[in-house]
Amino acid sequence: MANSEHTRRTFLSLTGGAAVLVIVRPADATPAMLSAAIRNVIGEANVRTGKVKLDIPPLVENGNTVPMTVSVTSPMTADEYVKSIHVFNEKNPQPNIGNFYLGPRAGRAQISTRIRLADSQKVTAIARLSDDTFWSATADVVVTLAACTEEAI
Amino acid sequence: MPSALINVPAKAKRGSVIEIKTLMSHIMETGYRHTASGDVVPRDIITSFTCRFNGAEIFRADLYPAIAANPFITFFTIVTESGKFEFEWIGDKGFSETAQASITVE
Repeated sequence: MANSEHTRRTFLSLTGGAAVLVIVRPADATPAMLSAAIRNVIGEANVRTGKVKLDIPPLVENGNTVPMTVSVTSPMTADEYVKSIHVFNEKNPQPNIGNFYLGPRAGRAQISTRIRLADSQKVTAIARLSDDTFWSATADVVVTLAACTEEAI
Repeated sequence: MPSALINVPAKAKRGSVIEIKTLMSHIMETGYRHTASGDVVPRDIITSFTCRFNGAEIFRADLYPAIAANPFITFFTIVTESGKFEFEWIGDKGFSETAQASITVE
């Protein structure tokens, strides 16, 4: 029993690792700008999936205001806390959405805002912890009315 | 005309975690839109938001055109003493706004 549990965990961790590679490896189908923006934040560090929760509606009618909440599992003590949260998108004209700098005094590692999405796409949140490890979560969002496309008056 | 809406509890228990909600009126023009005649509408966004408590920075954000109009940002903080929160928004075209809120900690 213990052995099969171990195998399952190993499998899960392997698939989790594969998902991260899709996000950060420049050779993949994701635009080079997105990879560059992520590299700009994480440097040469590895990003692991987990700890980060990205709350965003899977289907939105209006891409101009999409509510988004990012929370990170962390005790938020003086020794162990979240330094920053970085949010990226795949298909807007610019890959960055926002950088949010926290610290031990945040008490809870959670931020909310409203964002624009120019197309149906993936949104990725990456958290930098106090031990300089990086954790991420990715969500797919289907947008029926895209932002940025309407004419200004 | 107040352009910022701030929601901070007036009172809190020492050591508790409170939520701070902020909203700043701003068009957040992306710089990617065109007029009917084809001209690009110049970018006009808020690029930075900072919250300080009794002078010390407790939260900061870099904003990009992907943040929706009238930027709404919420975050949390631990309160250990009574004092004053100061909020600052800085953006394109010399945009700069501040707001304040006080809290009594018991």
